[in-house]
Order: sequence, then C-alpha cells, then structure tokens
Amino acid sequence: MKINKAFRHCSGLALLGSLLLAGGAQAQSDSTECIAPAKPGGGYDLTCRLAANGLQETGLIDKPMAVSYMPGGIGAVAYNHVNGVRTDDPNLIVAASTGAAVNLALGKFGQYDATEVRWLGALGVDYGAIVVNADAPWQNLDELMADLRDNPGEIAFGAGGTIGSQDWMKAALTAKAADISPKSLRYVAFEGGGEALAALLGDHIQVFTGDLSELKSQLESGKIRVLAALSEERMNGPYAEIPTAAEQGYDVQWPIWRGYYMGPEVDDEAYYTWVQRFTALSEDPKFAELREARGLFPMSRFGPDFDSYVQEQVGEFKALADEVGLSQ
Amino acid sequence: MFDFLIQGFGVALSPLNLGLAFLGALLGTLFGALPGIGPINGIAILMPLAYTLGLPAESALILLAGIYTGSEYGGRMSSILLNVPGDAGAVMTTLDGHPLAKKGLAGPALGLSAVSSFVGATIAILGLTLFAPLLAEVAVMFGPAEFFALMVFAFASMSVMMGKDPTKTAIGAVLGVLIGTVGIDSGTGVLRYTFGMPELYDGIDFVVMIIGLFAISEILLMLEHANRKDSDGDIPPLGRVFISLKEVLYCKGAMLRSGLIGFIIGVLPGTGASVAGAVSYTTEKRLSDKEGTFGTGDMRGLAAPEAANNAAAAGSFVPMLTLGIPGSGTTAVLLGALMLYNITPGPMMFSERPEVAGGLIASLYIGNLVLLALNLPLAGVFARVLTIPRWVLVPGIAILAFVGVYQLHSDLTAIYLMLIIGVFGYLLRKLGFSLAPVILGYVLGGLMEQNLRRALSISGGDVEILWRSGISLGLWIAAAALLVLPWLLPKLLSKLQPSGKPLEQVEDD
Repeated sequence: MKINKAFRHCSGLALLGSLLLAGGAQAQSDSTECIAPAKPGGGYDLTCRLAANGLQETGLIDKPMAVSYMPGGIGAVAYNHVNGVRTDDPNLIVAASTGAAVNLALGKFGQYDATEVRWLGALGVDYGAIVVNADAPWQNLDELMADLRDNPGEIAFGAGGTIGSQDWMKAALTAKAADISPKSLRYVAFEGGGEALAALLGDHIQVFTGDLSELKSQLESGKIRVLAALSEERMNGPYAEIPTAAEQGYDVQWPIWRGYYMGPEVDDEAYYTWVQRFTALSEDPKFAELREARGLFPMSRFGPDFDSYVQEQVGEFKALADEVGLSQ
Repeated sequence: MFDFLIQGFGVALSPLNLGLAFLGALLGTLFGALPGIGPINGIAILMPLAYTLGLPAESALILLAGIYTGSEYGGRMSSILLNVPGDAGAVMTTLDGHPLAKKGLAGPALGLSAVSSFVGATIAILGLTLFAPLLAEVAVMFGPAEFFALMVFAFASMSVMMGKDPTKTAIGAVLGVLIGTVGIDSGTGVLRYTFGMPELYDGIDFVVMIIGLFAISEILLMLEHANRKDSDGDIPPLGRVFISLKEVLYCKGAMLRSGLIGFIIGVLPGTGASVAGAVSYTTEKRLSDKEGTFGTGDMRGLAAPEAANNAAAAGSFVPMLTLGIPGSGTTAVLLGALMLYNITPGPMMFSERPEVAGGLIASLYIGNLVLLALNLPLAGVFARVLTIPRWVLVPGIAILAFVGVYQLHSDLTAIYLMLIIGVFGYLLRKLGFSLAPVILGYVLGGLMEQNLRRALSISGGDVEILWRSGISLGLWIAAAALLVLPWLLPKLLSKLQPSGKPLEQVEDD
C-alpha cells in the first residue's frame, strides 16, 4: 500500500517534470516541433536541426523550433506515435530518411504502412559509396566485381547496419548488379559506420558500403580508396575524382535522402503551409551553406511529388526484400 | 613536433576559452551527477547552442570537451552517496564508494575520486599527446575476433568478483546477458523477445537499466527501512570532510595501473568507460585485495574504477582525432559537432587545423586541473547530501530518475520498464545478489555476442578466426591464466614448499 502510494506520488512528480522539460512545445500551440525518432546526436537529430536552424535563420518561422527525441525501433516508435496519438498536429514534423523507407518496406514499423502518413519533403541527400582499403588490390569496381564473382566467400562486406538495413541494401544491390545473389554475400553488421570503417582500415573486412559524407577525412588522408559513388552523377569538391557505379557499367544508385513527414490527419492547409516553407527554404542561399556544413547534397522534392517518390521507393525495396527472402 | 600543443595552449589560455573550459567543467559535473543525463545528452543539448552563439570551432570544442570530462567527474557523486551510478562509467564506483559513505567517509571518498579521476585523465592525456598516431594504428588491429577475445578476458577477470557466493555471481551475470539479448539482432535484423512492441526493438536502454536496477531498487529499500525504527536505516555520521595525503598515496598504485588500463581500453573503438571500470576494478582486486576488504569500502577499490573511467574518456579521443573514427558514443557526437564547423578530424587535422587539435588537447589538461580544483573543496558540500532527511531524499531521487528516463525517450513505456527492472533489482538484492555482475553481463554479453557473430560472418563460420591473430591468442592465454592460476598456483607452491606458504606472499606488491 505504502509503495503503491509512493509510486502514484512519484508518477505525479514525473509528469510535472516532463512537462517542464518538454517545454513550451506542447503548451504553446503556434510554435513548431520536430521529432527526431532517435537518441540525441544521430542522423535524425541532424535532420531536425537542419530544418530548425534553416527555418529560423531564414526567418520562415518566428519562434525557434523545438527538437524532441523519441528513440525506439529505428523510428517505429515515433511512426506509431504520430499515427496513433498526435495524428492531426499541424505544427509537428518528424524526421525520416531512406532507412525509414527500408523499414516500412520490410514491415518493421508495425501495423502502419508507408501510405499512412503525409510525406512532406526532403531537404538534402547523401549517397552510398563502395570503399576499399588503400592497399587493396582492386583499382576499380570492375576488378572487385570480377573477384567477387570468382570467390564470393573471400571478400567480406561490412557496414553500420543489420542485414535488411539500408546499409546492407547498398551491398546487396551492388552484388546483384554483378549477378551475384545477395544471399551468398558475406556481410558483417557493425554498430554504426565508424566501427565498420575501423574494421576496413584494420583489414578485417575488405569492402565497406558507407556514405560519401562520412568519408571526407579519410579521403584526404589517403588511407582508403572509393571505387564508386552510388549517385546519379559525379559529385563536386573532394568527391570529383570518384566515378559513379553507372559510369563503370553497373546500374546501382543509392541516395540517402533526409526528409520529414506529418500525421495522417493533418489538413491540407497546414500541409501546404509546410510545403511552401520548405520550398522557400531550399531556394535560400543561406540554407545551402547549412546543408553543406552537414555534408549533404542538394535535393528538393516536396509535397505530393515527394510522397509518390517515397511510395515508389518503398515498392522497390519490397520487391528486393521478397527476392532475397527478407520480408516478414 | 609539439608545435601544435604550444599553439594549442595559446588558444586554450585566452580568457574566453578559459572561461568556457570552466563553464564546461561545471556543467559537465552537473550533467554527470544527475542520473539519466550523461555526457551525450549534455553535449547534444549544448552543441546547437554553441553553434548558434557563433563560437569559433576551437572554443566550441573546448566547451564540449569540458562537459565530457566534467561528467566523468560528476558521475561518481550519486554512485558514492546514493549507490546510484550517474552514468555508465560509474557502475563499479558504487562497489566501494557507497560502503565508504556508509562508514561516514563520504567526504574523503568524493575527494579521493576527484584525485583518482585527475590522475587517470592525466595519464590518458599524456598518452594522447605522445603516442596518438601510433596507438591509432594499434587500435585498428582490433577486429571482431580480437574484441571477442577481449570480452572473454573481461568475463574471466570477473571471476575474481565471485567472492562469497560464486553461484549467485554467475546467475547474476547470466541474467544480465539475457536482458542484453532483447531487441533487434544486430546481425540479421531478427526481432528477439520484443513481443511485438516497437519500444523494445532497440533493446533495453542502458540508462533505463541502471536507473531501474540501482535507483529504483534503492528507493524501494529506503521505503522498506523507513517504517522501521531501528538504527539500520539511519543517516551515517558525517565524519571528516577531506581526504588525507596518506590515503591518496595508499592508492597510488591502483590509480596508476587503472589509469593505464582505462586509457588502453578507451583507445579501442567500441569499448568505453564501463568496460574500463570493470576490468580495472577486477584487476586491482586481484592484485591488491589481500585482506578481502574490496567491496566493503576499500579506498583502492574506489580509486581504480575512477581513474580508469576518466582515462577511458580521454583515450576515446585518440581514434577520433587521428582516424576520424569515434571511440565512444560521446565522441561520435563531438565528431558531429566538428563536421558542423566543416572540420573533418583525421590525420590531417594536426597539420591543417593545429589550433583546433592543439586547443582541444591543451584544454583537456586545463579542464582537468579546473575539475580537480573545483571538486576537492566541493566534496564537503556534496557529502552533506547524506544529511538530507529521507522523506526529502527519496522523492528527490525518484523525480530525477523519472525525469531522466522520460526526457530520453519521450515515452511512458520506458518508465514502466524502469519500474519493472527496479522491482526485479529490489528482489535480487533481497535475495543477496550483487547488482554489478548483472550490469556487467548486460554490457559485456552484448559486445561479446556481436563480435563473435561478426568474426564468424567474416570467416564464413570457421571458428579458427577467433585465435588466428597474435593479439587474440594472447588474450585467450591471459583469460585462461586468470581462471586457472588462482586455483593451480597455491597447489603447485605447496608442493614446492612443504611449509605451505600461501600465494599472497609470493606475488609482489
């Protein structure tokens, strides 16, 4: 009894505390909020901050945007929250990325699928890359692919996600492009790209399927060789020397977009207000600087255009997952 | 060769940066002391602020590094005073720190932990200054197979904690391993023990785990004792406040050894302060615990993990600064902060942006001095927490625990989970289990499984990879020695010396 009472007492206090912490976001209905469906400091945090800082600095919102964190299930907790609790909040956006689309395709977000929410738009994009150690014998993608065909068991791929994650998809698609079954691919799942990169530098794995932006410092130091960028065309700046996979005859592209969605019952007025905000933001030169500081390349798809882009992508991922027997 | 450091001190000693180092140290101590709010949250909260304020890169980094090191100092406070670790690195600190406080030595315990933190951090920063590029080369030699062997070694070294009741220690460690298996399997993406709840996909969060296991169970124990009128639950006398030089010197061996161990473990990407604390504590217990006083308030048992977790925090800067690879969750966030300033850490940073690399390292030296100066006199103030009446203290801890967990997850499931784990921890304690093996099993078990799976995916299922390299072979032999020697050595020696001198007299101090 005593314990029960104490618990009730405690939860009351906790509620009070959490209200204080969650801050004005919920209390003042006209200020905006971005949910990063992860712990602080990750890619989703950066995605939210990109919108928050950009909109603030270009004067598109008056009050600073609150960024809150809702980790769990690689985005599933936030997805369910928006579909079940805050379904019509006109001031709430949630960060998403290609990774979320992959998980939706695999049915990992529970009862809700990709058509439930209102996809708002993407503000930037990163691209996959096929990376080997600078001492590796392969000078281009062709040589790697030829070796892979002969000895798929000798070459270990690694990246920062599990089998079925967007990091694995890069490896699987690359193998597929060389007519190698993704099932026979030797793939090692690490916790984040950094650990995988360390394993590549230590020669524990032979190929790292990472993202272009996380490779900048290694490119300068000359410890790695990027065999291919998985982008539509060559990128600028430090990446200008890197050929695309398509140039080398392999049809593999892997854009990792960073975008946002809103609740399923948000009305058109609110939705299009946000679409306009983001469109204006993406055209502002100040924003281009912010985007580049985060290592992202330009991407501007908003509103229904972005929505159909995501639906199409999820469809493709589903087909690939069925093919390699990953669907649940 | 050390031009960057001279330039760095020039940067770090400017009034603004000195002030920021001080501010960072203070805020960090606070973040570390609050259960649930660790360095990652502190840095993630302040990073956008520093950026928005328009601080130059080196100043922002100095502020954030101050928070990081400061929180390693702060994490020990609730460990010692309340038996509740403030962050991951401070779990082992509870083992001897809290018994010291119960003896009325809370002030000296806090002071000693400040001194050991300083010694550990200084060893690591010296190592970072002198050997960073070399160590980075060694760190990448650790692949999945080597990490697996390291974890086996860590589990083997835990055998020293078996103590009075080996069965309960083993059961506790296995329970921890079991809890660690909840969530998405890191290799195949298969869901394990999640019962269709997305909240469990990421596994049971470390903070939820330590706050539930330690804080909630502690609250339940306090509530239980609150009803009694006997002296058992009474506030301990607040003896003297300051640590004596003699006590510090008594622990010097423990500090130096543990600082070194912590630094080495911190340099390896993927292992952090919690592993460093565990390995150093068990090593020290093995080497120094002749009278069996570890776990009952031995100063050396407090000095060891404190030196180690601070050394590990500084050590994790090595892979970040030299390879651009974060050695811990916190340095991953720092790396993100650097990217915001368009600085990409790596071997080129020392030549291209010496003011940033040097400024950061110099600020680590200064920050630690500041923290020592700040924490020694404050020990007496913080020790007074124990004189707070229980009817204020218990709800106070409860508030911190609930708010800490809620702000991490914005989700009530985490709160329920914390409460369930708390009741579980309470029952374990009533049954005479120690909680440290549970938490170590939880941390090490996950790392061990992941690395075993990775190693086997590399080799295609061939187990030979696990002992192929010299490093892993050495670790296997060391692990075997840890398990066998304590049992074998006395027997051998008693055969050699019929008089049967026990092992203790043969080992050197």
